[in-house]
Amino acid sequence: MFMEYDPAVYSRILTGLTLGFHIIFATIGVGIPLMIALAEWMGIRKNDPHYRLLARRWARGFVVTVAVGVVTGTAIGLQLSLLWPNFMQLAGQTISLPLFMEVFAFFFEAIFLGIYLYTWDRFKSRMKHFLLIIPVVIGASFSAFFITTVNSFMNAPQGFELVNGVITDIDPIAAMFNPATPTKTAHVIITCYLTSAFVLGMIGAFKILKGDRHVYHKKALHLTMMSAFVFSIATVVIGDLSGKYLAEYQPEKLAAAEWHFETEEEAPLVLGGYLENDGEIKYAMEIPYALSILAHGTPGAEVIGLDQFPDEDTPPLIVHYFFDGMVFIGMYLAFVSMIYLLLSWKKQQLMHSKVLLWSIVAGGPLSILAIELGWVFAEIGRQPWILYGIMRTPEGATTSDHVDAMLYLFIGLYAILGLSCSIVLKKMFNNNPAAHELEQRGVEDRGERT
Amino acid sequence: MSYEIIGISVLWFFLYGYLIVASVDFGAGFFHFYNKVSHKNYQVNKLIQRYLSPVWEVTNVFLVFFFVGIIGFFPDTAYYYGTALLVPGSISIVLIAIRGSYYAFNTYGSKDSKIYSFLYGMSGLLIPASFTIVLTISEGSYLDISNGNVTLMLGELLTSGYSWSVVFLAIVSVLFISASFLTYYAYKAGDAASYWLFRRYTLFWSIPTILASVLIFFAIRHHNPEHFSSMLDISWMFILSLLFFLAAMFFIYKKRHLGTAFILVMLQFFSAWFGYGASHLPYLLYPHLTIYDGFVNETMAIALIMAFFAGLLLLIPSLYLLMRLFLFDADYIQGNK
Ligand code: HDD
Ligand code: HEM
Ligand code: HEM
Repeated sequence: MFMEYDPAVYSRILTGLTLGFHIIFATIGVGIPLMIALAEWMGIRKNDPHYRLLARRWARGFVVTVAVGVVTGTAIGLQLSLLWPNFMQLAGQTISLPLFMEVFAFFFEAIFLGIYLYTWDRFKSRMKHFLLIIPVVIGASFSAFFITTVNSFMNAPQGFELVNGVITDIDPIAAMFNPATPTKTAHVIITCYLTSAFVLGMIGAFKILKGDRHVYHKKALHLTMMSAFVFSIATVVIGDLSGKYLAEYQPEKLAAAEWHFETEEEAPLVLGGYLENDGEIKYAMEIPYALSILAHGTPGAEVIGLDQFPDEDTPPLIVHYFFDGMVFIGMYLAFVSMIYLLLSWKKQQLMHSKVLLWSIVAGGPLSILAIELGWVFAEIGRQPWILYGIMRTPEGATTSDHVDAMLYLFIGLYAILGLSCSIVLKKMFNNNPAAHELEQRGVEDRGERT
Repeated sequence: MSYEIIGISVLWFFLYGYLIVASVDFGAGFFHFYNKVSHKNYQVNKLIQRYLSPVWEVTNVFLVFFFVGIIGFFPDTAYYYGTALLVPGSISIVLIAIRGSYYAFNTYGSKDSKIYSFLYGMSGLLIPASFTIVLTISEGSYLDISNGNVTLMLGELLTSGYSWSVVFLAIVSVLFISASFLTYYAYKAGDAASYWLFRRYTLFWSIPTILASVLIFFAIRHHNPEHFSSMLDISWMFILSLLFFLAAMFFIYKKRHLGTAFILVMLQFFSAWFGYGASHLPYLLYPHLTIYDGFVNETMAIALIMAFFAGLLLLIPSLYLLMRLFLFDADYIQGNK
């Protein structure tokens, strides 16, 4: 290779690769059960077979993504120990409790998902079947909660004392509920819901664009966009709170994201732009006072800049783009779903216009992109620390000689898995269009003992 | 009982759970593929699918539980095994990934594909084989621990008779456990053709299974005499295991009490597994790491044990529901639901 072999560097790339791949499926895995539950609930309440079919078809696609989520999650679980043995040795002493509880949440979710999928027509009462998805929703959201507390701990470690390299005074609960936990878990979980709503909305919008004007797709679109609007507002609000968390506990991360070099009051927010070699910001848009508001809620507040930190303790400045990209997409998603709702309320003839539908389709991949950008920002923004203020990233890494070979192995694996997964999903929905399935089941529905 | 013993017993128990459910699962995947290419009996494959589909994800969680738990209870294992196992561990991950995802693609996707079936059938057999490396390493003398660095002596491992006999045992046990379960399941489903087929498989694979077990017993004597002598101290557990095995084979041969026969197979592995585990103590990694010096701090240990029991209270009723709906519901098994 063109760079000198350093196991820590390769470990970072491989971890980023696995997490970046897992997070796509994990996000969908947390959010889609909620959307399935909403659809099935609507189906029962309105006695509308369209919604029930919606739940059924979403669930069918969902199992395929779950499978990839499960195997890549298993990969991360093992890889954390393989690539970061020293970090995990320390983490095992302090933060293994939520990691352990996460597995129980998965367990719970996996059991009920198995039951849910195979009992569609088994109970006389539809309500009974609906109730089975509830543990799946709870299990998925709790597993996201628990795993994110681990990541919060890496950003704001507490609940132990480190005296001469020996850990004492351990308090697992304090470690779990650290200052980063509230905003981080809330932001992660709500963005899972938002992303899932947009990904499913994308499918509906796309079908309508392709000329399939069946009311089934319109209902799908309506349900997903209504939910997406609620989630996107919550995302922006909680995102703002995350900014306030950073200003207080990890000011250098926020300062790097904002290219905020000097501590000052009435700080402006820098959008986009380009950094000259001498530290001059070019072509950026500045919004006066906005950074002070993001950080502390008042336009006059003082925001700590990078001048307060030694160079070796600050993250790379590239995180600015990741942060901006995420925020931009957040605004976009809120805007698109709001327009849809306004039109469906006031001007129904425009609500299926091409422009709007294409904007919704774009929202699917964009929301996933926002998830990736957000995580890369959060992780690279924590550098040079693996455990903020306690352990630097290279200290946590393995010393093995073969991390590079493993990196190539996993690149191959994920390429193949990603490809197969998309082929399978595509075939599944193309070979069996909704209208066709409705017809089949319509016959079946009449025959059912209701 | 000390916290150390509780911790390791809980983990060992979950690994045992994985051993059983995963063997059934992996073996079924292999038979599915084998029967498909040899055009033997398509009825069997339907039966296998019906059993597997609702439970495969649960199987995987047993494994995740183990490796998350071991980091929690014994954080030092992350340091020793984590560093040494990068390459074999990564290979296991790749196998697990292939197995899980192609299983799902084949089952839930729109058509049954021979390639997918091959991928998950074969990877399922290789997974247990690749995991045995951990057990082999734990016997000592395959790790080089010097000046703060842990490296795996791959050459030594690959040329050792002991390590290959463990691999062999793992593969044949998978096929044996799986076949004995499916015999019972086919019988319950009233599927005579499958029942005869699996009964034949069970009888066939029982022979290499028991031979390999005996072989390993003596291979350990050569490889790690200290472990062997503590195995002799609790030799009753291994004798018990053998008796369970003989009883199970008797029932299957006589075509009687097939459910009991499968339970006896489970007991056979239970006593051997815990006999092996108990005699291995106190070492997690011979002779470098014991359960006492690698143990987590007491506060965390108590928290983990409490979380574990709270978790069980949640899981046992759910698992019961799953089994009642799919494994022990005669109508479901027979395909009427
Ligand atoms: C659909 C995805 C998505 C969208 C639209 C947004 N975010 Fe976000 N954001 C995430 C997905 C995400 C994430 C992937 O979930 C992160 C990564 C780590 C984390 O805690 O959540 C994240 C992290 C994250 C952080 C860093 C927290 C930390 O490092 O501890 C901040 C300050 C924000 N976000 C702020 C916002 C703001 C002000 C948004 C306004 C529009 C926004 N995010 C939209
Ligand atoms: C699931 C969402 C997550 C994603 C997408 C993600 C992404 C990333 C990325 C891109 C890197 C590379 C950073 C760099 O090279 O500078 C990284 C590093 C890392 N992440 Fe995360 N991360 C996630 C959550 C977590 C969680 C919950 C943990 C802990 C349990 C974790 C542990 C690590 C570790 C140990 C590293 C290596 C050290 C480092 O570079 O900071 N990550 N992750
Ligand atoms: C370093 C971080 C992470 C680790 C160690 C991890 C670990 C795992 C493991 C071991 C599994 C497989 C469990 C099983 O066998 O059922 C898994 C799957 C899953 N993970 Fe991750 N995970 C991480 C990040 C995340 C994040 C950040 C989320 C959510 C926001 C998440 C959500 C899920 C979900 C929902 C599943 C179940 C599969 C599905 O429903 O799609 N994971 N994860």
